[in-house]
Amino acid sequence: MLELDKFIEWIHSSLLYLIGLDWVVSLIEYVLIGVAFLSLYAVLALILIYVERKICAFFQCRLGPTRVGPWGLFQSIADMVKILLKEIIRIDKTDQLIFKVAPFIVIIGSFCTFGALQFGRGLHGVDFNVGLFYMLAISSLGVVGILLAGWASNNKYTLIGAMRSGAQLVSYELSAGISLLTMVIISGSLNLTDIIEGQANAWYIFQAPLPALIAFVIYLIAGHAETNRGPFDLPEAESELTAGYHTEYSGIQFGFFYLAEYLNMFIIAAIAATVFLGGWQPFHINADWAASFNGIMDCIPTWAWFFGKVFALIFLSLWVRWTFPRLRIDQLLKLEWKILMPISLVNLLLMAVWVLIF
Amino acid sequence: MSSGEIFIVVFITAIILVSAALVIAMLISPRSTNEQKGEPYECGIPTRGTSWMQFKIGYYLFAILFLMFDVETVLLFPWAVIMKSLGVMGLCSVLFFLFILVLGLAYAWKKGALEWK
Repeated sequence: MLELDKFIEWIHSSLLYLIGLDWVVSLIEYVLIGVAFLSLYAVLALILIYVERKICAFFQCRLGPTRVGPWGLFQSIADMVKILLKEIIRIDKTDQLIFKVAPFIVIIGSFCTFGALQFGRGLHGVDFNVGLFYMLAISSLGVVGILLAGWASNNKYTLIGAMRSGAQLVSYELSAGISLLTMVIISGSLNLTDIIEGQANAWYIFQAPLPALIAFVIYLIAGHAETNRGPFDLPEAESELTAGYHTEYSGIQFGFFYLAEYLNMFIIAAIAATVFLGGWQPFHINADWAASFNGIMDCIPTWAWFFGKVFALIFLSLWVRWTFPRLRIDQLLKLEWKILMPISLVNLLLMAVWVLIF
Repeated sequence: MSSGEIFIVVFITAIILVSAALVIAMLISPRSTNEQKGEPYECGIPTRGTSWMQFKIGYYLFAILFLMFDVETVLLFPWAVIMKSLGVMGLCSVLFFLFILVLGLAYAWKKGALEWK
């Protein structure tokens, strides 16, 4: 198994031995952390874009990208180069400052949330004692970027797209927040390490089967809506609004919104996996006769568990995306405020009673 | 290394990611201008007036409702963390809190704020 703690310790001590100056060593380590997160972020985006295109092709009985490299594996790299080579068109009559700042805000929102994920045992960056709350707070920064982008473009399509997106994101954030709150009742902590450690014997979804399952389903629906995808893609409904809030963005500036969208899909799946499905914890049966089974499960590295769960949830999200037709805005808001919201509030109380009784 | 430091590193990395990609793109991408290119894209028809104008009030209502429930979520987080030790008394007080809140939602529902007109 990957012994990351020792590896980091080894880097730290050898750097100290080679250089000897404390602040230089810290600086180098900061740069290393930044580079590590940046490469993981970029590589995941490339993989996600390829996976999405392939899977959506298979759902529609197509082949998807096949030309660049074997099975089209290098297609997303080619796309990345292409998007860098595209001209950044300067639109007149826009609010130039806000227009340029908006992609920064969207990327910061998704990147800082990404930094708080736990990819495996001891394999994490930011680990606040209010980790879950931090993630909820900083991931909702994205909606500010989207609203600013739509408003600054001075275009009717982007304005409508941004307004729809704003209404949708803030509404569904409530259900997502409350369903995570439901799980905090069992975990008794907001720290992600504690939350994952608490699931060593049984994942939370098995610890309180009924309320946790309801919360899980609500979180999946709300999280899916928060990524602006699938049946909830009104903000950028192609046939109505060309491209929604990023109609006026071109070249790499458009690429940032694209990147953030794919990574948000990953982040939502990762939070769901962490809080409901035990994060990087292997699947354990909490009984005497299952000791050897648990031993076999432990042999699989923790990061493989994490990425396996996350990609299973992403596949589910893609499946939903290519199965259901797009909702109308009134249906969308009705679903949230009249169905999901009351259910999640009742579910919160159900969980509280469940924990008190059992 | 503390989490606060890593957070700052991650934050700065995000800014560097965007700025670096922008600078690279500006260096290697072609550039040309003409009068039509700078116009807002509205399916090839010349734009009429500005888009910075009064907009449908419906979105605003949902934003206000969101504010109410989001603050409520923030207030519920501390309760959820220590819910096990607070026990039945804590649950009762939260029930009262939620009751007042749901009253607000019911009022909005009855007044038709949740309908899309």
